[in-house]
Amino acid sequence: MRTFPTAHAPHRPHARSVRTVMWLVCAALVPGTLAQALFFGAGVVVQVLLAVAFALAVEALCLRLRGVPLQPFLGDGSAVVTAWLFALCLPPLAPWWIAAAGMLAALGLGKHAFGGLGHNPFNPAMVGYALVLLGWPLDLARWPPARGAGEVPGLADALRTIFTGTADAGWDALTRATPLAVQHDLAAAGRTLAEIRADVAWTTAGAPAWGWIAAAFALGGIALCLLRIVDWRTPAAVLLGVLVLALPPWLFDSGVHPPPLQHLASGGLVLCAFFIASDPVSGAGTPRGRWLFGIGVAALVLALRAWGRFPDGIAFAILAMNALAPLIDRHTVPRVFGR
Amino acid sequence: MPVARFPGGLRLDAQPAVPGVPALRRLPTPARLRVPMLQHQGEPARPCVAVGQRVRAGERIGVAVGRLSAHVHTPCSGTVTAIAAHDIGHPSGRALPCVEIAHDGSDDHVRLPPLPDWRALDRGAIAARLHEAGVVGLGGGTFPAALKVAAGGPPVHTLILNGCESDPGAGSDAAVMCHRADEVVAGAALLAHALSAARVLLAVNASRADAAGSLREACARDPDAAGFDIVTVPARYPQGSERQLVYALTGIALPHGRRPHDEGLRVFNVATAAAAWRAVVRGEPLTARVVTLAGGGVRRPCTLEVPVGTLVADLVAFAGGYGDDAQRLVLGGALMGRALPHDEVPIGKGSYNVLVLSSREIPAPTPVMPCIRCGECARVCPSRLLPRQLYSEIRQGGFEAAAALGLHDCIECGLCDTVCPSYIPLLHWLRHGKGELAFAAREQDLRARSRQAHHARQERLRRLAEERERRLAERERTALANRERAMSDILARALSRAGLRKREDGGDGP
Repeated sequence: MRTFPTAHAPHRPHARSVRTVMWLVCAALVPGTLAQALFFGAGVVVQVLLAVAFALAVEALCLRLRGVPLQPFLGDGSAVVTAWLFALCLPPLAPWWIAAAGMLAALGLGKHAFGGLGHNPFNPAMVGYALVLLGWPLDLARWPPARGAGEVPGLADALRTIFTGTADAGWDALTRATPLAVQHDLAAAGRTLAEIRADVAWTTAGAPAWGWIAAAFALGGIALCLLRIVDWRTPAAVLLGVLVLALPPWLFDSGVHPPPLQHLASGGLVLCAFFIASDPVSGAGTPRGRWLFGIGVAALVLALRAWGRFPDGIAFAILAMNALAPLIDRHTVPRVFGR
Repeated sequence: MPVARFPGGLRLDAQPAVPGVPALRRLPTPARLRVPMLQHQGEPARPCVAVGQRVRAGERIGVAVGRLSAHVHTPCSGTVTAIAAHDIGHPSGRALPCVEIAHDGSDDHVRLPPLPDWRALDRGAIAARLHEAGVVGLGGGTFPAALKVAAGGPPVHTLILNGCESDPGAGSDAAVMCHRADEVVAGAALLAHALSAARVLLAVNASRADAAGSLREACARDPDAAGFDIVTVPARYPQGSERQLVYALTGIALPHGRRPHDEGLRVFNVATAAAAWRAVVRGEPLTARVVTLAGGGVRRPCTLEVPVGTLVADLVAFAGGYGDDAQRLVLGGALMGRALPHDEVPIGKGSYNVLVLSSREIPAPTPVMPCIRCGECARVCPSRLLPRQLYSEIRQGGFEAAAALGLHDCIECGLCDTVCPSYIPLLHWLRHGKGELAFAAREQDLRARSRQAHHARQERLRRLAEERERRLAERERTALANRERAMSDILARALSRAGLRKREDGGDGP
């Protein structure tokens, strides 16, 4: 008689792990990040590395405080994804302590205070970003000009600016408003779309750069959908939602309301659709719920862009829908087979 | 024929690889067999032989007990050496009675009287023969075939023969279809006759074109098989599951608690049809089944016809023994089967697969991570459940809440578990939840019955007390009446005496 150790069914090698999933998400962020670095300089990469370093430190600290073993959790990659997404929202020359404060808020307050991986009701990256945006709105509005619209700071300039807070040529020469900010401020001042387009602030804001960056993020996002890491419904709902909801106002008065495609190509909407709204932990979990969640994000983004205090309202839209996600899940339970 | 796609499911890679079967050989009967008395759904059969008794192959050694049960026959001649309880690989893990037989090497056998003229038999007679021969479903469900044939419900419009076999590593049905296609087709004709089924569908896994081909040839040869439809269904797990197959072929979605016979359907495994044909036409009781032995931990993976009661150890020894990297022994499919603690477990009528898995074929030992709600489990669930939600309810002890979310509709296919990136043992938790619910239902039943018994007793006592009260009152009343009657008698007598005296006085008076 030969004996064998027993185990529960099923008896098959596991599919990809949480860790693999997280690293694939990071890999999918590479094209968009490179595009952003191409247009805005090495500061983008510095911000990502800085945020990741702070994230791992905060993650380790929180795990230690919670009395949880470091090993499977520190290496699971979820903190890296959070940090990376957070860093992509920052201006490339933002001071270093923004990343530190953001990561402390994102991982400490947004994630570990609720019980760590899988238990956070809100997207940690957006919790961090929302807090630094509310705390230091000025620092988060200082975007350098995109390549083609002005001088892009090199690595040395970026490092010096990030760590010492001083800009050689002065902040005014170094920074420009983003297309969204230009649109937001000028529209608030009562200018029509045609006047905004003719304004020098718009022509130097680098709108095409943002379009290319959005396309690069879409590339990685579609790859994630094909790998079934991201359920295609959420990004589809966000993007289609923005297109469909922005269409009637634009058709009604194209002189005041920006065209739907401009909405898609500006700010972090594509990044949000593929990488942030699709966060399974804080988003809706049922197929129909994901459609509702995405459409809700789209509606809130458009509303906040039109009437909000900030040029872009993605973080707030995501957080609001995160709060609604449990309710959505509760009312969109799929019909059981045969019932 | 259009085939509907059932919700969920997954195309699994064929790991472990299914061995090719050039010819269907029979395992030489080992010197010692341990025939379990429970090889079917329902009550274990009662052994009807004594230790030391000589038996001939095909002789009945276990008698069905109750309605849901099946007879057990010995596959070989020899002497009964012991009747004892052993681990037979039952999901509960409990030891169940087995009859041990020492094979004497002879070919001494008995048969039931052959019924070659089955076209003249009615449904009842064929069901009786299937019961007599101990035929049960060979797809793993082991439901007694006689009960399925005799079941009520609306008239049968479609008979489905299930040859989908979507488990990775399973190949016994395919071997039966390739090498015994004539018996399968004749069995289908027999069952269709018994059930008066108008339409017969033979469903074959699309990855087994050879099986479909030999069935097609057999149908062309058999005049009874005119109009049989051979349908290839996608190799998508769990296509072989009854509900998923019924949905694919007919579009009828059966919820938990509803059986195919409620819809005028019958589903039989292809090997069951062949066994039914042998039982009726040749009078052969079911004493052997085709088993696939696969996995990287066995030297020569193979598919063989194996007498029931053969120990897994003997089967593996015949296949060249264990390889260097035999890590886990599994009875049943790779997704739903039970890992055996040792190899002294007998093959039963439902044991379609034995897997000896190498370290590459089993999950690596990894810590369970928290659920990240990725939704993969819900995407692959063929019952359209939300396994992660059921899991969190069950973990918190919310068994009723899990039941309300459809826990009973889970068919335990194990897909949610294999795709979980957090390595949560979902199948284990879901089975645990079902077990707890079954236990609670039993408890509640017991409580209800004892409450009923208590109320009945109270009622009986009350009635007895009332009765006693009534009798006492009756007696008292009678006593009172008697006393009154006695009093009036005494009075009457005294009066009459007084009257008499008066008269006497008067007579004598002055």
